[in-house]
Amino acid sequence: MSDRLELPAVTWRPISAKYLIAEFLGLLVTLLVALTLGVALIFTGWDAAPWILGVAVAVVLLYASLTPRRVRAIGYQLRDDDLLFRRGILFRRIVAVPYGRMQLVDINRGPLLRTLGLSDLRLVTAAASTGVAIPGLPEAEAEELRDHLVALAESRRAGI
Amino acid sequence: MKGGFALLAVLGYFITQARERIVEVFVPEAGYGGEDPVEFLFVSGVLGWAILVFFGLLFVFVLLFYISWRMHTFRITAEVVEVRSGVIFRVNRRARLDRIQGINIARPLFPRIFGAARLEINQAGNDANVKLEYLASGAADALRREILRLASGTRTEAVAVATATATATATATANATAVAAADVARADVARTNVASADVARADGARSDGARSDDRRSVDGRSDVSHSDVPRAVATRSLVDRRLGEFLVPELDPDAAEPTSVVKLSVGRLLGSIILSTGTFVLIGVTLTIIIVSIFAREALFGLIGFVPAVLGFGSVYVRRFTKSLRYTVAGTPDGVRVGFGLLSTTNETLPPGRIHSIAISQSIFWRPLGWWEVRVNRAGQSARHGAAGQQNTTILPVGNQAEVLRVLALMLPELAEGHSDAVRLIGQGLAARPTADDAYVTSPRRARPLRWFSQRRNGFAFAPEAVLLRRGAIWRSLVIVPQARVQSVSVRQGPLLRALRLASVHLHTVAGPIVAQLGALDRDDALEFFAHAETAAVLGSASDTTHRWRSAG
Repeated sequence: MSDRLELPAVTWRPISAKYLIAEFLGLLVTLLVALTLGVALIFTGWDAAPWILGVAVAVVLLYASLTPRRVRAIGYQLRDDDLLFRRGILFRRIVAVPYGRMQLVDINRGPLLRTLGLSDLRLVTAAASTGVAIPGLPEAEAEELRDHLVALAESRRAGI
Repeated sequence: MKGGFALLAVLGYFITQARERIVEVFVPEAGYGGEDPVEFLFVSGVLGWAILVFFGLLFVFVLLFYISWRMHTFRITAEVVEVRSGVIFRVNRRARLDRIQGINIARPLFPRIFGAARLEINQAGNDANVKLEYLASGAADALRREILRLASGTRTEAVAVATATATATATATANATAVAAADVARADVARTNVASADVARADGARSDGARSDDRRSVDGRSDVSHSDVPRAVATRSLVDRRLGEFLVPELDPDAAEPTSVVKLSVGRLLGSIILSTGTFVLIGVTLTIIIVSIFAREALFGLIGFVPAVLGFGSVYVRRFTKSLRYTVAGTPDGVRVGFGLLSTTNETLPPGRIHSIAISQSIFWRPLGWWEVRVNRAGQSARHGAAGQQNTTILPVGNQAEVLRVLALMLPELAEGHSDAVRLIGQGLAARPTADDAYVTSPRRARPLRWFSQRRNGFAFAPEAVLLRRGAIWRSLVIVPQARVQSVSVRQGPLLRALRLASVHLHTVAGPIVAQLGALDRDDALEFFAHAETAAVLGSASDTTHRWRSAG
């Protein structure tokens, strides 16, 4: 396990545990769609249909069983000069964005997340590949973080 | 401060177009009689009317063009360039000077004959360019110098800014310019307005073509050479002047020190095009078809179908060749100037700090000749394409190592001679085999399965002010990312890399042809790179002053 990418000096700030509910609801919808399609296929009388349905359900369930770990693995940390963001277990990715490089900070709230009181926060730099989106932050924390980041970005901005 | 827009180019084009169009209208009717249209008109006795209608339409169009030209005005302040255009739909666009990514002057063949040029100010972002279409040729150069001078932050005194409305008569222009604080560059702009007024007169627009003689002071900094050129030129006739502009070398000899110029020779250009990947693919496919056709006759038909493809390739080659003729890369005080083109010319000035990453690459076909290609990532994308469809991200289509180093020195002075460390690193980055004192941190031996040939080359190094990523053994490349331009850094690891205790790193820069990514590094090296590159990026951006590149003394 020591082969995994870790930054030992960093303690990650987790996202809200309630985000798990949103993830599970999303998976439930996927499962229902898969079931509907599968049942429809079975009614057509195709032999392989039950197998396909079984595999699809198994994949969704497997994914669901890993979701808690996956959500726990999402974390961020504000350092002196940059924001660190980490996600993924199997495919791990750690990004560092200097504050001066942020062009804008976005907060998104879907209907589901809104009922849970959560927000997604997205950072945009001049590079499209930065791709930092922190999902499932509590609303107050997201707004506070956004204001903080914008203020920091403003004080350190330099060109592109 | 304003520039005259040379209407004539548009007009001339219009005349040819309009005549064709009018002829087209009459052609179907002429077809019935089997006569040519003019004769038909003569016979049917409507020639007089047709001519009248033609000139009437012409007049209306000229008027419309004239109005739209009058409405296309711009001004430059210490902070922004502002362009207003449009008659019915008004467009007003402002560009911040410190965000200028490059200034492009294009002279397509037709406008060039009439001494007109198109100036385009590149801004970061999609469709964010500010275009000034059809300035007098000389004015465009002077204007670019002036914009760059203002953008560089050189000026010490606050410059009073003249907002002049676009007026066709040079008298009004001269008056408007007289309001402005006069310096050499500005006087140049006024003078070239006279030229544009000449153009306006030539196409029938009323103009008294007055001279502007409001040259007042010459500050010591400006070089006299360029300000004298218009005066000398102005004394000659219009035709002479046009001819002079047409025959002038693509790169103005005063604009750059000769030592900084890298020119592309015709032979090498030809060689580089012939030795391109496309050629080898073409030859390969042709050979395959021939060999197959030995065994199966039908396949020969494939070859016939292939002929148009070959012709297509040929035309692409010819176009690339003609457009890349007279290719020059030169260092000017305000950035790297890249110019090319034989009949339609384009040149672009990239101020310092506008280059987000540089890739020096060499395909296996070029290796025996030691040729390299230099490309860059930039935030602003010019609408004008570079030489023959190559995006204008290619700075040097082909060059040997010495030329590559010179171009690099122009783009990133920190990596030039005098910084022996950096030069040595670049040398090692381009070298075939890592030497004993190789300064690059490369992939470990266990990365062999992922980097069959390039394991010993695949690596990174930190030069002062820049990060160097070296990749590839067959297709060699060296990516250089200036620290101040790094947007963010990431390190990632999938299951395969994890099994081998490896990781890959990625420096994010603005979008472009170069992806500064390096795979299959040792996990600890990758993490070290991550930490180091991030610190460097923060320091680099904090100490970066290139948005006003000459302001910091």
